[in-house]
Amino acid sequence: MDITVNILLTIATAATPLLIAAIGELVVERSGVLNLGVEGMMIMGAVGGFGASYLTGSPWIGLLAAIAMGAVFSLLFAVMTLSLATNQVATGLSLTLLGLGLSGMMGTRFVGQPGERLPNLDIPGLTSIPVIGRLLFGQDPIFYISIALTAAVMWFLFKTRTGLTLRSIGDSHTSAHALGIHVIRYRYLAVIFGGACAGLAGGHLSLVYTPQWVENMSAGRGWIALALVVFASWRPWRVLAGAYIFGAVWIGQLHAQAFGIPVPSQFLSSLPYLATVVVLVLISRNKRLTMMNTPASLGQPFVPDR
Amino acid sequence: MSANQNDTNLLEVRGLTKIFGTLTACDHIDLDIARGEIHALLGENGAGKSTLVKMLFGSLEPNSGEIFWNGQAVRISSPGVAKKLGIGMVFQHFSLFEALTAAENIALSLDDGSPISSIAAKARALSFSYGLPLDPESLVGDLSVGERQRIEIIRCLLQTPQLIILDEPTSVLTPQEADKLFETLERLRSEGKSILYISHRLEEVKRICDRATVLRHGKVVGHCNPREETASSLARMMVGNEVQAVVRAPVEGIDKAQPLLEIRNLSRKPATPFSIPLKGINLNVRAGEVIGIAGVAGNGQGEFFESVSGEVLQQDAASVRIRGKDAGGLTITGRRLLGAAFVPEERLGHGAAPRMKLSENLLLSRHATDGKAFVGAGGMVKSAAIYAAAQRIIEAMDVRKSVPDPEAAALSGGNLQKFIVGRELDRRPSVMVVNQPTWGVDAGAAAHIRQALIELSRSGSAVLVISQDLDELFEISDAIAVMHNGELSKPMPIAEATFEKVGLLMGGAEPGHAEHRLETA
Repeated sequence: MDITVNILLTIATAATPLLIAAIGELVVERSGVLNLGVEGMMIMGAVGGFGASYLTGSPWIGLLAAIAMGAVFSLLFAVMTLSLATNQVATGLSLTLLGLGLSGMMGTRFVGQPGERLPNLDIPGLTSIPVIGRLLFGQDPIFYISIALTAAVMWFLFKTRTGLTLRSIGDSHTSAHALGIHVIRYRYLAVIFGGACAGLAGGHLSLVYTPQWVENMSAGRGWIALALVVFASWRPWRVLAGAYIFGAVWIGQLHAQAFGIPVPSQFLSSLPYLATVVVLVLISRNKRLTMMNTPASLGQPFVPDR
Repeated sequence: MSANQNDTNLLEVRGLTKIFGTLTACDHIDLDIARGEIHALLGENGAGKSTLVKMLFGSLEPNSGEIFWNGQAVRISSPGVAKKLGIGMVFQHFSLFEALTAAENIALSLDDGSPISSIAAKARALSFSYGLPLDPESLVGDLSVGERQRIEIIRCLLQTPQLIILDEPTSVLTPQEADKLFETLERLRSEGKSILYISHRLEEVKRICDRATVLRHGKVVGHCNPREETASSLARMMVGNEVQAVVRAPVEGIDKAQPLLEIRNLSRKPATPFSIPLKGINLNVRAGEVIGIAGVAGNGQGEFFESVSGEVLQQDAASVRIRGKDAGGLTITGRRLLGAAFVPEERLGHGAAPRMKLSENLLLSRHATDGKAFVGAGGMVKSAAIYAAAQRIIEAMDVRKSVPDPEAAALSGGNLQKFIVGRELDRRPSVMVVNQPTWGVDAGAAAHIRQALIELSRSGSAVLVISQDLDELFEISDAIAVMHNGELSKPMPIAEATFEKVGLLMGGAEPGHAEHRLETA
């Protein structure tokens, strides 16, 4: 029984950074901006979070620093692509490269230093309930943030007027502009929100997942988050499902490798990617829903016609 | 203040100028709009009408000139400012969001925070009271051009503006729908609202407009009272010379001519929950004739065009036959190679790739049929030959442009349409299928396109024209069939056809009961 709970907890820990980064990117892409710099913003969040936590001794300050780091880093992308109308793909890729290099440089003095982990939730009486106690009331704070964030983004996008406006900009920025909507302003806010989320996801890596600083510790999670958004056809609950499928299969294959199952380890390592793609493709068979949810102006620079 | 408000015009424009590169789109325009008037803005394509109204609505910023609203100088820096002042606009190129529902589209342009459900109810009620039925839950991407225009109009009316700018509002409405719109406009006028009305249809300008301002080549060339003018005198002011009337010589013995396009029991299931199924359509278009298909927007014309052009393939290869060969299973290129040519309804994105030059658009549609002329050994593109052919079409169709080979999106709607029709005519196709040939095209250009279609048929081709413009169909067709709810009526020879008969069929009356319905109505 304990083993099952432990496995479930590790799955949640593996899925949380993917979920947060992907939910942030989902909002960005819903506004019509394609930011390929998720990996870069994530690693900057990781180094910023660890650094602040190490210097101040408080992982909570580290958490805030991770968010701020991601947001500030995404601002660079926003200025380039939105104000200067540069190519979003190229700018996003360079953001990732810059983030990986810069974080390595900033983190040299943190390598090998012990970090402090964000404490798990502990509610007397509730956390000690067998099985569900630890699952529901004993996880790290970012886990709860990630679930709340998914619900909040779902509500925001589909139940609020501002969310509707954001989706409309993603569908057609020229039409939105013609209606007097401030396209660039909305996109700035969306990009910064995405950056803050990616930073938080990075903070999860260096403050919860493995509380230390290792160069390139994001290990491609930013790219997985990007792929999740597309395969989930830009729908929040599908991103959640995708992140958890990925996390579950990943943890599962690690255990399988540990047991020495006679299957090539390379194949096992590829399983999480395969399973996530297959499941998400199966649930997005409805072409009409896909059409409704794909932001039609994704990746196109917007220059108002004056 | 209120006395002052009654003295001044609602809107005054002085010396408004807009320059794009070397082209002066608007050159010192003066315009006055009084309270409670319907003011027509007339002019050919490229005369600067759209540029002018975009400046009034804040989508474009003028290079110089002043705008006075209620006597106060204002700077309309964005559409948001225009809306706050009380200016509403119905766009020619729609500003709708395809992935959103009609209700969401309407909600986006309203400032109050009312929930979408109440907007849907309001929109439904308003749309029915103005005779523009609308399903607020439907997805805009599934709607026809006419239905989209309804959303634009309803959206504008819901904002209760003081000045409503309508850019070619009736070009996609049936006569009955247009009548209802005119009633709406007259009601708005009686409420003291002002309307700036852009249209190419001179008869309706004469009917509903109190004053008119005529633009030509970016300059105001005259003001008039349209009620005191004739359609031809208005056209003369716009064009600067006489508009040639379309001539259609009668054809003899058409029944014996060989059918070049045969549609046999063509059926199609609805592609999306909102689209119309086609139900057993039969039609022959013979060499030498023009057949017109009338119908209210969204009755299956788009689906029919897709099936005939090969955008959607048929299960039954014999359901579409071109020059005696089964073509139902052929793609657009396959059908073109049989001698057919197609002009779709949507100019930008469908008829032409917006960000590509005209010469490139020419190659895109004719690389297969004119492979020898345009593509050399090893698949190399013969740019000079294509450029020359594009220039030939531009000259033949009198396409107005600011650079020799512009991007398709840089042309005004009418000029692009002239190019797209010209691109197909230039091939001398033996079967020509056109959907909405002159939508949003001015009188001079429309006459040009219509005459060209008639001449193509008289030179031995079969021409099929799908249009919502009944005047146009009566002008060019040898027989008119009506599409309603995915069914096509038998073609009615033009000598027997009347507006009433066709209008009733458009409304869904059975052919045999048309007269009876008239009496009871």
